Amino acid sequence: MTKILAAIGRNALAALASFGRIGIFTFATLMHALGRPFYVREFGHALLTVGYFSLPVVGLTTIFTGGALALQIYAGGARFNAEAVVPQIVAIGMVRELGPVLVGLMIAARVTSSIAAEIATMKVTEQIDALVTLSTNPMKYLTVPRVLAALVVVPVLVGIGDVIGIMGGYLVATKTLGFNEAAYLQNTYDFLQSSDLVSSLVKGSVFGGIAAIMGCYYGMNSGRGAQGVGRATKGSVEAAAVLILAANFVLTGVFFSA
Amino acid sequence: MIRFDNIHKAFGDNKVLRGVNLHIPKGESMVIIGGSGTGKSVALKCVLGLVEPDAGTILVDGKDSRTNDRDAFLARFGMLFQGGALFDSLTVWQNVAFRLLRGSLKRPKEEARAIAIEKLRRVGLKADVADQFPAELSGGMQKRVGLARAIAAEPEIIFFDEPTTGLDPIMAGVINDLIREIVVEMGATAMTITHDMSSVRAIADKVAMLHDGVIQWTGPVSEMDASGDPYLDQFIHGRAEGPIEAVR
Repeated sequence: MTKILAAIGRNALAALASFGRIGIFTFATLMHALGRPFYVREFGHALLTVGYFSLPVVGLTTIFTGGALALQIYAGGARFNAEAVVPQIVAIGMVRELGPVLVGLMIAARVTSSIAAEIATMKVTEQIDALVTLSTNPMKYLTVPRVLAALVVVPVLVGIGDVIGIMGGYLVATKTLGFNEAAYLQNTYDFLQSSDLVSSLVKGSVFGGIAAIMGCYYGMNSGRGAQGVGRATKGSVEAAAVLILAANFVLTGVFFSA
Repeated sequence: MIRFDNIHKAFGDNKVLRGVNLHIPKGESMVIIGGSGTGKSVALKCVLGLVEPDAGTILVDGKDSRTNDRDAFLARFGMLFQGGALFDSLTVWQNVAFRLLRGSLKRPKEEARAIAIEKLRRVGLKADVADQFPAELSGGMQKRVGLARAIAAEPEIIFFDEPTTGLDPIMAGVINDLIREIVVEMGATAMTITHDMSSVRAIADKVAMLHDGVIQWTGPVSEMDASGDPYLDQFIHGRAEGPIEAVR
């Protein structure tokens, strides 16, 4: 029993220490973002890799989810004669929750892993040391552009994902469930409030920041060799996914608890 | 020019450096030899601030290497890394001109490119490799690009970390000759880490042997073979028997 408690205690302490290190890393990133130099080329490249090249996976994920949501709500609503609420629930479900969370998780899978693997490989092959000897701060050159790009571009992806998800529900509802096309769109438009959109975009920005910081943190702190790169990549995706879901819970509470 | 004064460094229980004392005069080429894991790279990285010593000081021109003005301090150095450490996402010329495209040594892009191509030519590469990516080059060519990057900003001090590792003997000889020529031509102070004895004889003015965390022997390369030091003798002749324990 004592051994079990000791193991739990050790793991809890290790987790708290990790949180502390991630907190310090995040603070250092923000501090570096405030000072010169700012690497515009790297920022532009990060905008493309985080944003533009993530569009296909975001689009496919949200369109299928929107369609499935419409089917579920229709089937569930039929139990108490509430099939008509499909447009409203698809809209609120996509914009408030599924859009930001799914995009966040897709970014964690696609971008966090890629950032962690790239930076970890740079560390293993001494490219990070080379940056230092070339008078370039790795935090400014590698971390800041990626984190700022994610903060800016992931809300845009979430907005696009919200629209595509709603359109997925629209297609299923109008083509297979017999909803009127104009009425569906009007109901969706009428039901959504500006606070829904704001919460969606804020969540997108926070999730993007989490995804990029986790990728950079695990990459910068990776172990040696191929195993070190693999562990960094796996750890970054796990941490980003869990933190995104935890942040979603907190933000939902902040926006909608009243 | 570079003075190690009682440098200690441990990683956990592993005491790698246990009081390194070494002086490298200006314009001299010092080669540090020693077995794998004896702390040669750690000593070099301590100078550049990539590793923080636990105790002791490193002076460069009489000034502590832990200076606040890192940019100006590092601008005096060039370094060739063991694996080249070229940036995969940049073309060859952008790698060579990295320092000339940003920071205190920034030049206009065309001028930086022209300097990069000139440095590539100096290390025996043609201008047509300038727009290729490092992954498209052979190991020997990557080493040359790394060398071109190390000398691009005309540094006063150049570090070479295992410059011939992974190269065939002929290419290793070419790289050794290039290093020697460039160091003499630039009048730079050089510090090389290697356990390749052909590199030692080609590059060194002086040799220092690191063993058990301290400098075991140091002296001119011409005196190395007749040093009478049993550790150095065993190392330079590659004997399994001797005071240095070989793990079998």
